Amino acid sequence: MSIAPPPPRISDKAVVMQAQVGKFSRIPLRRRVTDKAFSVLCMIASLVGVALLGLLLYRIGLDGYKRVSPAFLTTFDNWRPHLAGVKAALVGSIWVMVLTALFSVPIGVAAAVYLEEFNRRKNRYSEFIQLNISNLAGVPSIVYGILGLTIFVRWLALGQSVLAGALTMSLLILPLLITVTQEALKAVPPSLREGSFALGATEWQTIYRQVLPAASPGIMTGIILSMSRAIGETAPLLLVGAAGFITFVPQNLKDGFTVLPIQIYSWANMPEPKYQEAAAAAIIVLLVSLLILNMAAILLRIRASKKLRA
Amino acid sequence: MKKNVLLGSFATLCAVTALTFTVVSCGKGGGGNGAPAASGSATTSPSTSSLTGDIRIDGSSTVFPIGRALAQEFMGKNPGVKVTVAESGTGGGFKKFIAGEIEIATASRTIDEKEIAQLKEANIEFIEIPIAFDGLTVVVNPKNTWANSLTTAELKKIWEPGSTVKTWKDVNPIFPASPIKFFSPGTDSGTFDYFTEAINGKKKEQRNDAQTSEDDNTLVTGIAGEVNSIGYFGYSYFEGNKDKLKAISIDNGNGAVAPSPESIQNNTYAPLSRPLFLYVSKKALDSNPAVQAIIEFFFSEGTGLVGQVGYVAFSAEDYTAVKAHFDTKQSGSVFAGKKTVGMSIQQILKG
Amino acid sequence: MALIQGTGPTFTRVNNRSPRRLKEGVIRYLCLACALISVVTTFGIIWILLIEGLHFFQEVPILDFLLGTKWSPHMNPVSYGVLPLVSGTAMIAIGSAIIAIPLGLMAAIFLSEYANVRVRSILKPLLEILAGIPTVVYGYFALTVVTPWLRSVFGQERVEIFNGASGCIVVGIMVLPLVCSLCEDALSAVPSTLREGAYGLGSTKFEVIRKIVVPSALSGIMAAFILAISRAVGETMAVTLASGNKPSMSMNPFEGIQTMTAYIVQITRGDTPSGTTAYYTLYAVGLTLFAFTFGMNIIARRLVKKFRQAYE
Repeated sequence: MSIAPPPPRISDKAVVMQAQVGKFSRIPLRRRVTDKAFSVLCMIASLVGVALLGLLLYRIGLDGYKRVSPAFLTTFDNWRPHLAGVKAALVGSIWVMVLTALFSVPIGVAAAVYLEEFNRRKNRYSEFIQLNISNLAGVPSIVYGILGLTIFVRWLALGQSVLAGALTMSLLILPLLITVTQEALKAVPPSLREGSFALGATEWQTIYRQVLPAASPGIMTGIILSMSRAIGETAPLLLVGAAGFITFVPQNLKDGFTVLPIQIYSWANMPEPKYQEAAAAAIIVLLVSLLILNMAAILLRIRASKKLRA
Repeated sequence: MKKNVLLGSFATLCAVTALTFTVVSCGKGGGGNGAPAASGSATTSPSTSSLTGDIRIDGSSTVFPIGRALAQEFMGKNPGVKVTVAESGTGGGFKKFIAGEIEIATASRTIDEKEIAQLKEANIEFIEIPIAFDGLTVVVNPKNTWANSLTTAELKKIWEPGSTVKTWKDVNPIFPASPIKFFSPGTDSGTFDYFTEAINGKKKEQRNDAQTSEDDNTLVTGIAGEVNSIGYFGYSYFEGNKDKLKAISIDNGNGAVAPSPESIQNNTYAPLSRPLFLYVSKKALDSNPAVQAIIEFFFSEGTGLVGQVGYVAFSAEDYTAVKAHFDTKQSGSVFAGKKTVGMSIQQILKG
Repeated sequence: MALIQGTGPTFTRVNNRSPRRLKEGVIRYLCLACALISVVTTFGIIWILLIEGLHFFQEVPILDFLLGTKWSPHMNPVSYGVLPLVSGTAMIAIGSAIIAIPLGLMAAIFLSEYANVRVRSILKPLLEILAGIPTVVYGYFALTVVTPWLRSVFGQERVEIFNGASGCIVVGIMVLPLVCSLCEDALSAVPSTLREGAYGLGSTKFEVIRKIVVPSALSGIMAAFILAISRAVGETMAVTLASGNKPSMSMNPFEGIQTMTAYIVQITRGDTPSGTTAYYTLYAVGLTLFAFTFGMNIIARRLVKKFRQAYE
């Protein structure tokens, strides 16, 4: 039903045109060499990141692979280093992540929609909100920890609970989520909105039926980036009171909790080499969970863009 | 084209995931033998109680290993009790203790007067329980063949503020003239406070060109990586890394004594054995039977755990004295605001 | 309330039936409320930092704090000059930007302009994984890989075990995917008609990228840079582990430094008694950091506005 045009990537037509240009061109050699050199440089740049990822995974894999086993996933932490497992941290991370997504995604998308769609004519106030958001993105995570501790743990008396942790985390990732969602909305061509308005749709109908679907691949990217950030954060939850040692999983929102990065940090600080191994193994677990999360999100992103093109 | 996107990315993801799970399953094959025995500890104890309740322990990261072992073994006997242990630092732990958010604060130093005042204001009474020794260990690189023992005077010469020691030769003329790199625990750690007080004579005074870190493992990395280094930290970090480090014996006037569980316990490793503490809320002790139970458990079985996690237990007589002191439920601190360096636990408790 | 009046509808409504209008209004205000959460958060942070920071400034004159060049709140003689921490933070921010911005932008150009669909669908998720690796892990990566490498290249004697360069490199790697991902989105959003026009005029791909694509996407690219630098300034754990805790004004990248964030971690994990001046430094430094990022963002936003190029 959507009338969105294909995403503005280089169309096949342009590729053909460029090929023709290349074939018959009288472009001087120097310009062509620059062109080629630049493309190689760009490729190297993008491979640097991947190479580093490989190196990192290799290091961690080397240190921790011996410890990763089903038993490692299903046992709790233990003061005997060789028996320690990540069950509490893994389940805690899932709790925090799901709750954080639940709070932050609707709020973040709504805020971005307000700033980009309802408020297309920028004014002082929206400028102010915007400034706030980009500023919040630069506030160190540990300051969110101080905020979460004061507001959620003490004022709202949520205690050192998984709920307080998730709320703090939501505040932390909102700026990133809003900014990326805004960029996704900006990328939707105005013609789409104009067409919708011309057919008599209201603002909300236009947003809901045209703009959001068209922007959804970009929004998914934003959600992936934000959730990836949330899953790897240590400092704020340290302040909010995630436990370093816990041998039960949260049963409800008010229960105590821990998450993988805290468990990693705690183990890495221990003197026994066996705990260092466990920390490396927990990193592997964290990366695999991250991978699964990314995979799910990427599949959703592909489905969204497929639907858009159909 | 469109199909390619889908297939391409899906194939990649499958490949990457498969790779990762290969790593995982490799681990299963290689090192899985030890893991299934994971339930071996006290979790399957026959004599379980029906006690319920929550106990939150927070504070010093130095005391954390003891707290963890205590919590786990206690929960093994009392499955109805939920104990959590966190490590927000001694200051952070007391902040939560003052806010009434935790039942037990752990500390690697005695409670500060300002903290006592804040507790008074918040109407929270507390009981102080010294639980174990930590022996601060002076370490050098194993390639250092010249320095085996140092006198406290030499240590002071090295570490005092404004120290002129730049090379090993400056410490002792028979040592080589290679420049020393200094590694010290974070300046806001209890370890730093105790060491500076014991060696330099004044708390918080030390030469200002040392590399500091809150994370003792990075100090281990630093000292193991620099041949001409010297540093100090808790005994457990030395014990866990004996192959990478060399401990210096300390001569306090009665001959050089190497740090060991025995020398730390009987106070011959002086003046660097320091006590670690639990601070328990009196209100929690009265209203939450689980809190009373975990303290009792510490004295009956928990003291045996101390040595197993890298710290040094008091002697049996010392624990008896501490327990007797606890049983009086006398609130307040007998350690705070006193010079306790070099004194035995019983001496301090007697006042 | 003034806020709400300021934002009139952009397009004339065709349909004026009132239930629908009511619904539109409700949704609109709900969205506004969500946007306002960011304002509330900001004021919450400022309020908390100010209240607690005041305890500190009652003891220490503000000018001594801002202009002092020696930071030693826990060691006698105490001194509360914040500049060494600011200089450490600046080193990490600049150093990591030098690494992440060119690499990230070029990787984004590769993904958006050169790579075919298949390559792109492999590379992009891989880079996104880099973004999710916890910062603690980067810290250990710095200690076990980057620092030994630096020391073998530049010499054991010159490079300290904790050093600024190592922190810059790992933070650079850490923000790289953020720069890349956001730049790539911005570049992809440039309409293909613009590119086709330039090709039609006989430009090479490099010229199209340099003169058409990048300038058109500049607003998004700058936003990416700002987010990246902000992230680097606010980065905590990796810097703490890689660069040490030695507050110093030195600009030598091979020496240990301490950033504002590393200091905050130090104090929140340390044993400093709460309620003392030394403890309240936490909030004073937090406040400084906040002011720092706030100022930087204002400047950066001015820049973006200046460069922003509207097309269509």
